[in-house]
This record gives sequence, C-alpha cells and structure tokens, in this order.
Amino acid sequence: MSKKKIYRQSDRSTQKSMPIDWSYEEAPENTSHATFFKNYGFFINGSFTKYDESQSFESINPANGEVLYRCTEASEIDVDAAVKAARVSFEGEWSNYSGTQRSHYLYRIARMLQERAREFAVLESMDGGKPIRESRDIDIPLAAAHFFYYAGWADKLAYAFPGKSSKPLGVCAQIIPWNFPLLMLAWKIAPALACGNTVVLKPAETTSLTALKFCELLQDIGLPNGVVNIVTGAGKTGEYLVQHPDIDKIAFTGSTGVGKLIQQSIAEREISATFELGGKGAFILFDDAALNEAVEGIINAIFFNQGHVCCAGSRLLVQEGVADKVIDLLKNRMQHLIVGDPLDKNTDIGAVNSKTQLEIIQRYVATGIKEGASCYECSGSLPNSGYYYPPTLLTGVSQSSTVVQEEIFGPVLTIQTFRTTDEAIEKANNTPYGLANGIWTDKGSKIFYVGSKLRSGVVWSNTYNKFDPTSPFGGYKESGKGREGGISGLHAYVKLVNNGAMN
Amino acid sequence: MAKEQSSDLTSHSNSMNSIPKTYKNYINGEFSRTESGRYYSVKAQDGKHIANVGLSTKKDIRNAVRAARKAHEFWANKTAYNRGQIIYRIAEILCGRREQFTTEMILLGYSREAAENEIQACIELIVYYAGWTDKIAQVFGSVNPVASKHFNFSRQEPIGVVGIICPETPSLLGMLGLLLPNMVAGNSQVIIASKRYPLPVCTFAEVLATSDVPPGIVNIVTGSKADLIPPISKHMDVNVLVGDTSLDADFRIMCELESASNMKRVFFWESFIPLNELNSTPNETIAFCLNSLKDPYYILYVQEVKTTWHPVSE
Amino acid sequence: MIDRIPIDTVGIQERVARICTRSIKRESKLKALDLALRMMDLTTLEGSDSEGKIRQLCNKALHPYTELPNIPSVAAVCVYPNRVALANNILKDSSISIASVATAFPSGMSSLQIKLDDVHYAVSEGADEIDMVISRGAFLSGEYARVYDEISQIKEACGNAHLKVILETGELGSLENIRMASDLAIKAGADFIKTSTGKISPAATMPVVLVMLQAIRDNYNSTGVKVGMKPAGGIRSSKQAIQYLVLVKETLGTDWLHPSLFRFGASSLANDVLMQWVKEKTGRYQSLNYFSND
Repeated sequence: MSKKKIYRQSDRSTQKSMPIDWSYEEAPENTSHATFFKNYGFFINGSFTKYDESQSFESINPANGEVLYRCTEASEIDVDAAVKAARVSFEGEWSNYSGTQRSHYLYRIARMLQERAREFAVLESMDGGKPIRESRDIDIPLAAAHFFYYAGWADKLAYAFPGKSSKPLGVCAQIIPWNFPLLMLAWKIAPALACGNTVVLKPAETTSLTALKFCELLQDIGLPNGVVNIVTGAGKTGEYLVQHPDIDKIAFTGSTGVGKLIQQSIAEREISATFELGGKGAFILFDDAALNEAVEGIINAIFFNQGHVCCAGSRLLVQEGVADKVIDLLKNRMQHLIVGDPLDKNTDIGAVNSKTQLEIIQRYVATGIKEGASCYECSGSLPNSGYYYPPTLLTGVSQSSTVVQEEIFGPVLTIQTFRTTDEAIEKANNTPYGLANGIWTDKGSKIFYVGSKLRSGVVWSNTYNKFDPTSPFGGYKESGKGREGGISGLHAYVKLVNNGAMN
Repeated sequence: MAKEQSSDLTSHSNSMNSIPKTYKNYINGEFSRTESGRYYSVKAQDGKHIANVGLSTKKDIRNAVRAARKAHEFWANKTAYNRGQIIYRIAEILCGRREQFTTEMILLGYSREAAENEIQACIELIVYYAGWTDKIAQVFGSVNPVASKHFNFSRQEPIGVVGIICPETPSLLGMLGLLLPNMVAGNSQVIIASKRYPLPVCTFAEVLATSDVPPGIVNIVTGSKADLIPPISKHMDVNVLVGDTSLDADFRIMCELESASNMKRVFFWESFIPLNELNSTPNETIAFCLNSLKDPYYILYVQEVKTTWHPVSE
Repeated sequence: MIDRIPIDTVGIQERVARICTRSIKRESKLKALDLALRMMDLTTLEGSDSEGKIRQLCNKALHPYTELPNIPSVAAVCVYPNRVALANNILKDSSISIASVATAFPSGMSSLQIKLDDVHYAVSEGADEIDMVISRGAFLSGEYARVYDEISQIKEACGNAHLKVILETGELGSLENIRMASDLAIKAGADFIKTSTGKISPAATMPVVLVMLQAIRDNYNSTGVKVGMKPAGGIRSSKQAIQYLVLVKETLGTDWLHPSLFRFGASSLANDVLMQWVKEKTGRYQSLNYFSND
C-alpha cells in the first residue's frame, strides 16, 4: 500500500471532497419555426377579419416585457358578427354533418396539432410565459389528446347517455383564461363540436396567440365556415358575448368573481351555463407518506405553471411530526428549481403571465408577512427584465390568514400543520372553494376515507396536478358548475331527450 | 313530537267526532310551530275552512337549513343499500296510511279516485327511486382510462343541502318528484310546501317521522313563496335549489340571481303537469306524470362528480 | 433495526422523467463528460479475463484516448481478486485505484469465513477498494441482522481499503427493499453503496439510483456522513451518464459530483464518452472504429 491514492477515504466523517461547479448552460428552444403576425383581426366565418388599429390592444411577452403582437378588441358589432356566423353554421351546414363526419374533423385537428406541436409550444411559451418544458410536454400534447378523445365521441353519443338521446345546444359562447390558453381552448371546443354545436370563443386578452394560430390550422383542415369563431378582447368583449341574445350556452373558465357576475347576468335567460372557477386546494401530507415523492408532489402542486393553476395545491397541510423534515426537504428541492427564460429547456418556473398578476402576487405575499407569516424564497437570481416571481413558502400562517383563504394564483405555498386526520379534513374543506385536493399517505384505506370526505371535484392521491381527457375535471361549491373531460364533459354540451319508455 | 302527531288522527271527515289537526313545520324530525306565529287558512273547494297552516318566515328557513346541514353527513355516509331500504320503508308507511291521505285530499276537493291514483303513483315512485341508490354509481360512474400510470375513477357524490320548491299541484306527487332524487343522491333538504294544497305534504311529514328517515334529512316548511324563496335562495349554506317551471318566472329569476352568491346549482325541471285544477287531473295525466318523474337523470344532476387519481405500481 | 420507508414508484419514475428533460449542452456537456471519465471504474469481470485483457484495461485507464492529451484518467479499474496483483503492478505509479470484487462475487452464496478470506486476499494483493455483495437470500428472508453483521465484519476486514456494498438491486424485488438495503449498508459502514454486480438484469436504473441517493441524503442530513454512490451495469451511453450526473446534482448537490463520492461501474461507457468528447471538440460524429475496445 505504498501508492498514494487520491480518492481513498479513511475517516468518513471528515471526508472532504472538492465539489465541482457544474451548472447547466443555456439551452434555448429554437424559435425560428414558430411564426406569427404582428397584428391580428378575428376569425369569423372561416376567415380572418382585418386588424383594426383603432380598437387594438397589445400583447406583451412576459419574459421580457416587450410587445409581441397586437390584437383587435371585439366590439358589440364584431361579437354579433361572430355569433351570427356560428348561428348560420349551426342552423345550416354544420347540422347536416353526421357524427362520423364531425369526428373526422376533430381527428384531423388532433393530428394536425400533434404535427405542429413544437410550433404551438413555442408560441404558447412566448405569449404566456410558461416554461417550454411544460408547453411542450403538457399543454400542447394534452390539447391534442382532448381533440382526439372527443373526436371519438362524436359518432358514439348514443352510448353516452343511457336511456336518452342527445341534441346539440346550439351556439356556445366560450371564454377561457390565460393560464393554459390552447389547452383550455381544446377543453371547450372539442366537446362542443363533438356534440354538434358551433362556438364563439374568446381567449384571454394576454394570451390570444395560440387561439389565433389554431384558426390557421382549422383553415388547413377545411372545417366548415362558422363552426369555430374566435374573437379577441378583454372583459368588455366577454360581456358582449355572454349577453348576446342569440347564444344557447355559456362555458366560462376564470375567476369566481367574474363567474358570479355572469351567473347573475343570465338569471333571466333560458341558457345553460357551466363554470370552471377558482380554487384553493389543500395538499394533505400524512406522516406515513412517501415523503421524498410527496415533496416532489408539492413542487408539482404549487410551482407548476408558476402557480397559475386554479387547482393548484396552494395550501400544504402537513402532519406535525414530519413538518420540519418536509420543510427541509422542500427547501432543499426548491434550490434546484430554475427560474428564468420560458424558452430555455431547463427552466422550471417561467415568467408570471402579466405585470398585473405579478403585482397581485407581490401584494398577497406582503399581506401574508404583515399578518405574521414567515417567508422563504428561492435564492436563485431572477432575470432582469420581464415579470418573475421566485418560488415562495409562507409558514406561520393560520386558517384565517388572507393568504390561506384567498387564491393567490402564483408560486406561493402556505404551510400549516395538523395532528389528526379529521383536523386535516376540516381544514381542507374550510374554504368556499372545492376544486381539487391532494392526499399523501401510504395507507390505502385512509386515502378512501379522506378522499370521500374532501369536498372537491378532483382528489389526487399520492400525486398532484394530473390531467387527462378521459378524466372529468370541475369544482364543488364556488369552484364551478359542471365538468370538463370524460363522459361528464359531454353533458355540458347537449340537451337530452327521452328515448321512449324506459320503465 | 312525532309520536303525538302521528297518533290516531286518521280521518278529517266533517263528523262531529273529528278533531281538527294543527299542521306544523317539520324540522329536524320535530313538528314545530313557525317562529312567526302566523297562520293562513286552507280552504276546501266550497270555501270552508279546513285547517290552519303556518306562514313560515326566514327564521324557519334558517332553522331548517341548519338541521339539514347538521344531518347531511350522517345521511351521505350511509351505505347505498341502507339508503335504499330507508326510502323503501317510506313507501311501506305511506301504504299503511293511504286512507289518511285520501281523506285529506278529498277534503281539499279531490275525487276519491283522483286521490287514490295520486297516492298510488307516489308509492310507486318511492319504490322506483329506492332501487336507484346502489345503481347510480354503476350506471353513471366511470373508470377513466387515463394515459398514465394511474388508476382513475369518477363517481357521484351528494352535493349537500337542497332547497326544494314544490309545485302547487299535484302537491304530493310533485313534492316527491323533487324530493326522491335528492334523497337518493344523499342530499338533505328543506322543502317549501305547496301553498295551496299543503295538507298532504304536511301529513307526509308524519310518514317521515314514523319511518326510518333520520331527523334533519327532510325538513318541511309551509307558507308563502314570497316569504320563503328569498331567504332560501340567498342562504349561503344551501347548495342546490330545485323546483319546476310551474313556479312563477319572477321567483325563478330570483333563484337564479341569488344563486350567484355561492354558486348554487339551480334546476327548474320542466313542469311535470300542466297547471290545472286538481280535481280534473285525469288518470292519464298522473300516469304520464309518474312516468316522466321516473328518471335517474334527476338524481345525476343533484350530485357532484368526484374524480380520484392514484398511481399504479408494484 | 432499520425502518421500512414507503416509496411511491410512480412518483420516483416521474421525478426521473423530469430529470431526463434537462438539456445539457456545450460547455456543461464537456464538463460532464470530463466528470464521467474521472468517475469511472473501468471494469472487467469475466471468467475468461486473461493477463492481456487486464493489461489492456489498465492501459485504457491510464490513457483513455491518446489523440487528446487533456483527457483525464479514470478513477479505478475493477477486477477479480486474482487479477489485483497484476493491475497493481501496472498502475502502481498512477492515481488510479484498484477495486476488486470479493465476498463470493457475484452471488454471495458462501460462508462468512470464506467471504472474509476473499476480502483479506484481495486487500493483501493490493486492492484499494473492495466491492462486496450482500447476501440477498438473507435479506429477502428478513435476516437483516445477519446482513448487517456481515457487512460490518467485512468492513473491518477491509482495513484501509474502501468498501463498496453491492445491493444487487435487480434481485431485491421492490424500491422499498432497495431503500431498506441501502440504509442497512450505510449503517453497517459502507463507504459506497453500489447497485449491481453487472451479472443480473436489470442492473442500474435511474429510479433505483434515485432511491439510493435519497438514502444517502437522509443519512447525511441526520449524521453528517457522506456516503458515496456507484451505479453499475447497464450504463452504456454518455447521455445516460450525464442524466445520472443531473440526478446526483439535483438530489445530493454538487458535493457529490466528485470521484470520491460518485462512480460509474462500466466497461463500454468509456468509449462512448470519448466519442462524444471528440464530437464536441471536432463537430464530427464519431465511429467506434477509432476507439480501442477493451
């Protein structure tokens, strides 16, 4: 043993290695393939209308704060034109298509989206700030999968409603949010078309790009004119749309506040409406859970899409005995999150969707601290321009804290502890919302017990933030009405009539 | 208390022997007077006074909702089999009290045949719905083949507390048409009885009280819709409102409008029966009515769909 | 004596999938390739290992690719006990360690005494590192104390030599068992824990390695002791090696990105790393014809 071996270690506890500084270099996604116009009109009756500078608004790339493109804000007249086109199509050409034919169009949309997936992913990340890893691996593939799934229903509706047959509702007014622009479009348009409706859809004013790009794809596949119409604009345009006298259905995804206003505004009308609203999901972590995987689950629950997720697990309820350990593991894991350019393939947390939203998050965290919370932020540096917020934990909060009660819609997790199962259930349910909750335990029977007690439309057990076209999604209580996805998602777009004697 | 009320008052004939009954609200398994202490007179076809019925107020609604909320979990947690048996038991009790209802309905102006027909239809409807408790999840639940390593299933769950606004007529069958799907669903309810023909609804409380239905699951409040619809539609702890399109449009709009406060689910089913004078309710109409009330989709819509995910691995 | 820690397999797989989305380019890739080479235990464990084969392996360890002078040498060569002396002779003036499998490798199906003798022999021949196998039969039948005792006695027998404990994860049946075996080995004194002998399939996989890294991290958090990790078998491409490095970095931190705490047990990986290296330098995709086989 005369040689000197540099790697030998004799005393393990005093072992010192020389750590190597190894960080990931920038890995930008290639954007050359993703083209778009500088100005957009609407998509009505199968073609793009002219961009109108006089009623235009800009869409900002939140990653750098620069103007990405400009859109036209739809006036009452524009909305009327779109609804008329949808009506004409519904009463005319589209109603002549069989379920089989409708399914063929939807399949084509799905395949086309798959073919052009990368292009859409890049645009989605540029427009909304979400990391390319998510738009590429989650948003766009799921959007395509939705079309593929509902394509298959179009000619099988006879099997969807035992004892009943279905008829389309007519013209559907659909309003979607900015957190999952193309995916929400798919959630709305795919089932509506499968059931034989026509639609007028309004994307959120900060994220219109993929919806407009989607219209190019509709032209390519030759979807009959007027079946899908897209109008752009903000709240006012949305108001024109939901108040239009000739719509038969409203499907809204957005804040609970706006949902309530819509509900009130249609009180006097015979119109069916489904809502997908806010949430304040609890992530209940029991001491017998697989803690390492649970920590990964927490990362996924609250930091997915910068926390701009209505079903985010934004309240961690952790059993007292493992709270310190979990928080340590969580902090450790958070140090490996990369906040930065949405178009970098290694980015975990992209840009906050807008300046407005960034200010809301900042205000909430300030309120939390004022109310006594301790704040832990990821230490990594943030880009100099654009709208970014670091992953944040708020401890020392109570059930009555503003940050525990209200939806922040950002990468901010509140942490509370509990001792007994019933206390955890009580805390989880103690909110006007009821969209989604998570349960983490190694004990199967506890999953079913807690799961049955949680008042929410989705229960993720030992997982979080999973979505699938076959899986119904939607809220209890103030989180919404109706479901999207699965067979349940079809109910939102049909009138049911009796098939004759069933009894 | 339940026992006193349900004692020997089987007949309301005009004979001198009859003892006129005081009709009360039925809240939390108890027969209670309205908080207001106000009453209105229910009259026969010929204008004769038959009975005083409570003009309830928002406080009665409050008490009823409180009772329904308290009882809800207990009902929701019962096994489907058990709920089915409890609902079936209602039919058994109603069957045994057929004559009491018939007499009361005749007093209100029904022909004997019409009364018997409606009661028979009610019994049949109860039996029909009793069988759905353990089948809804099988017919409408689903296992969803998600494209990942997860087991995923959706099933129906109760929504919570329901406000039921009864049609004026047919008062008993109409009430049951709204109530039964909710009982099957596992909801607990506050029923606003028919103003004009409240007696069969009130007397139905006696059936409930002597059946196995736990207290608080079905609460019945009598009075004027103008007094009762505002507080129930505004109530933040009511999750669902159901009624039918025979309800005045103004009330329906009020329900829709106020429901936004907590995103209540509001359903006004197409009226089962044209609003007509009860005595002229022909047998075919009752038969049609019964047939259209037999519909599991009424249950489906007053339930929530809950979807559960779990990983699948060794 | 060792707690059974629940593990969610799908969660582990999802974490691994996410690790694999990391895009390592240019400078960070070159740095990773450099690391991978320096972390390599160049291995030959065949019954047919001739003197010539050992010489060739040692030569490759010293000079991985003569065309590029700045290429680092590997961490160690790994051979059977009866080849240690030869390797020692060739490598005595280098910084390359000599690792030897011992303890009735690969099955471990022998008496403790024979295993101890095996270790003594390898160490006396000049082995710097001993790669032992645990008694999987004993572990699977629940005789944890026996497994623990064996490891700690072998650790003692190693003297100054550095002990790597091979769990043979492909035979342990579940991630929970792998975690438990990891904890057991660490507690019993392992300097390194190692996935596989290379004789059983599956050998090293990323989910298995993640679970073992978590055991190392939890141990470090509670005791402050840094135990090393060695995935072995099945790692053939640079891409895989880099993914392992990402896994280590994001689970244990950069402290473990060092040959004293992380090793690759591999034979064909070296050439792929070299090919990638040359490709990064020259911009040309390479052919195996230009790299010596071992």
